[in-house]
Amino acid sequence: MVQKQKKKSIKEISPIDVYGLLPKTNCGECGEANCMAFATKLVNGEFTIPDCPPLLREEYADLLESLGELLAPPVRAVTIGRGEDAITIGGKHVLYRHDFTYHNQTPIAIDLADSMSEEEIVERIDAIVGFSYEYIGRELRLDAVAIRSVTDDPQSFQKAVQIAKQRTGKPFILCSQNPAVMEAGLREADDCRPLIFAANTLNWQEMAALALEYKAPLVVSAPGDPGQLRSLVKTLAAYGIDDLVLDPGTFPDEGFADTILNHTLLRKAACISRDELVGFPILGTPIAAWTGEEISPEVVQWKEAYMAAMLISRYADLLIMHSMEGWTLLPQLIWRFNIYTDPRKPVSVEPGVRTFGNPDTNSPLLITTNYALTYFTVEADIKSAHIDCHLIVVDTSGISVESAVAGRYLTSASMAEALEEFNAESLVDHRVLIIPGLAARLSGETEEASGWRVLVGPKDSSGLKRFIEERWPPKDE
Amino acid sequence: MTDKEKNTGYTVLGERLLSLLSGVEQVEFENFRMEIGDLELFIPAGSGGPHIPAMPAPPTRPTELFQERFSPPDESYPGAIREVTLGSTKADGGTRGKTIKIGGSTSMAFSSPNHLPKNRTAIAMDVFDMDVALPKALKAPVLDVLDDPAEWARMNVEKFGSDLVTVHLMSTDPLIQDRSPQEAANTVEEVLQAVDVPLIIGGCGDPKKDAAVFTEVAERTSGERLLLNSVTLDMAEAKTLESVAVAARDNGHVLLAFTGLELNSAKELNRRLYEYLPPEEIVMDLTTVALGYGLEYSFTIHERARQAALMGDSELQHPTISASTNAWAAREAWLTMDPIYSPREIRGPVWETINALTLLLAGVDIFMMMHPAAVRTMQDIREWLIQNDRKQPPIPDWVRTRC
Repeated sequence: MVQKQKKKSIKEISPIDVYGLLPKTNCGECGEANCMAFATKLVNGEFTIPDCPPLLREEYADLLESLGELLAPPVRAVTIGRGEDAITIGGKHVLYRHDFTYHNQTPIAIDLADSMSEEEIVERIDAIVGFSYEYIGRELRLDAVAIRSVTDDPQSFQKAVQIAKQRTGKPFILCSQNPAVMEAGLREADDCRPLIFAANTLNWQEMAALALEYKAPLVVSAPGDPGQLRSLVKTLAAYGIDDLVLDPGTFPDEGFADTILNHTLLRKAACISRDELVGFPILGTPIAAWTGEEISPEVVQWKEAYMAAMLISRYADLLIMHSMEGWTLLPQLIWRFNIYTDPRKPVSVEPGVRTFGNPDTNSPLLITTNYALTYFTVEADIKSAHIDCHLIVVDTSGISVESAVAGRYLTSASMAEALEEFNAESLVDHRVLIIPGLAARLSGETEEASGWRVLVGPKDSSGLKRFIEERWPPKDE
Repeated sequence: MTDKEKNTGYTVLGERLLSLLSGVEQVEFENFRMEIGDLELFIPAGSGGPHIPAMPAPPTRPTELFQERFSPPDESYPGAIREVTLGSTKADGGTRGKTIKIGGSTSMAFSSPNHLPKNRTAIAMDVFDMDVALPKALKAPVLDVLDDPAEWARMNVEKFGSDLVTVHLMSTDPLIQDRSPQEAANTVEEVLQAVDVPLIIGGCGDPKKDAAVFTEVAERTSGERLLLNSVTLDMAEAKTLESVAVAARDNGHVLLAFTGLELNSAKELNRRLYEYLPPEEIVMDLTTVALGYGLEYSFTIHERARQAALMGDSELQHPTISASTNAWAAREAWLTMDPIYSPREIRGPVWETINALTLLLAGVDIFMMMHPAAVRTMQDIREWLIQNDRKQPPIPDWVRTRC
């Protein structure tokens, strides 16, 4: 293969590079004042190309193409499914999260088997669709359904796909290495754009034909053999298939070390060497933990849990799991949410006043920062202690109390302003403000700046219950 | 079923899991081989042939596989992580049966087959010198030894295979029991006699009291090469840093430099310590935050620190430690939750395991842990990760597994 000129990585692209490829109309349709501002945010990943409506018009087709090429990530983005449940995997720009931010969080697909009864399938799909955990104000959910042909029988597989399709719009991964079985499944899901698992060195031609016919993305499977993976990718790309997903194999137990290493080497090759033959999303299959059936389910679930978490950390762009135990899934859902947040921008909540319980005008008035982890911890502590109170959430650009005090995001002036802005005087009759213990050093200044009396609260909000019991209502000085 | 009965069930389940993870009942792989046979059988005989579906395909479509190879990229870095030795044997003036070496990495963790870790990741298990509030799942395995740090340490080493033991001198906290440095040193001596692995000595977090305790412990255990956990910028502010650093240097101990998720602070603290002792006597703690409460900050800080160190930033070229037990600060690790998230006897250990494994991937060299099941998993995985010349295991046929 002829080596192309090395592409610029996202870190090397400047807003000027992008600006040159924009319509330069300064129309403001993106919400920014001008095209230069849009270019800066596009490079930072805060906008995507379609956020510039003019670019999508016929007259700018050339610009659109060049811009797409300039900003194309080393790992291609692949879309599975249709409609609002569709998922996009891959689209990764960097090896390390701190270099840019990871995009397109790892969807988790849960399997079902064509050996299950209709009732079991329906029950399992309902469990998958219904699974939800509320975490710092977000709903964490499962994303897709992997339908496995355990029977290797086309009719059973087709039937399973049919039942699943009636029950959910979530994207499917159809799993069988038998082309006849796969075709039966695809016929049933022909308008769903499911992911096909998988093409290997033996069935690749038939699978490729199916992928083209049904316009479906295709997994290339070569467990433990990245060389074979490249061979397959090169062949299938020449065959005319653009949307590929890599399955380098997920081995349980000792083999898991190689799995982690292969994932890392493939992603390094894509991001650092710009090896286009491995520049595709990677599929991880913690479900492989279940292939050794002879041990107890808890131990298999335990393995599946740690394998999934390690694969999320090490470049899996899509996971297939079997366990539906909450304790297996919860750490995955939380970890992938966390690792896909922008390291340059902390997760924050809206500033404002929150009310807990049934406070009256004698109830305590507290203040905290708008860093999501701080806010939701304080919220949970207030709720579990059943404190009736008002809480002012002050804008610290999403920084925690300790850092906000040190970095002067939280100051006596900003607290005094927040009291005024959120009309604290109308909430309570007293003029006492409880500040976080970690902001103790601001207490004197804040009294001067606001005219309110300041009580220094506990360093950790878990101490609020005791603090309120002992210190509220405050004694006269 | 009443709640009580349920709880008993959970405990039994937790214990079963523990015993299953204990390595006594090793997994047999015979079935894997059988399934591979199945896999080969099921692949349609004609599918490898040159058959092309009858469709208007352009003639350029390949009919045979291209043959490509994968040459993994190899990065080499100008820098390396220093090696630090913990504990000392009789020959070196201590009493330990063996020493533990940590650090020495020359690449990002587990990212190259040509740069295997120089030293095995070490695991230290905690003991406390007083009754502390611990989740049930953590107390259960050590219930009989909770009030005896020496016996607790012995159990950590003999039963759970911990490489080192951390003695947390919580009782010295002026706000708790305010026990004297002398009493604390007595406890350390008792533990030293009970086990022959290297020790980590944890203070109470008060910069003045810790300095007094560490100084006393350092003198009384001269030559043992303890890891003093920890020295901080707060100590520098309280003007107690120098006394601890000098006591460590004069008595042959190692310092753990602790900072909160901020690399400039870590570098500043290290620079202050270089005035008193050689860099080979320093380990860094960059803060371990619990999963769900900011673990991603810890993960990214460790990756940044390791990358900068390998690129040549000598102020960050120290091995790192993680107090993975901080995982238990997450409510999800111990709280009674909706039945779907049960049993918490497993949820907690999974939380600790995933915290530790995440930071293992980020390159952390030594872990402070508590739950035996989490420790067991870490022990397995670090062995797998360090092995060379592995044989390729059979390919797991998860598509057709009935589960």
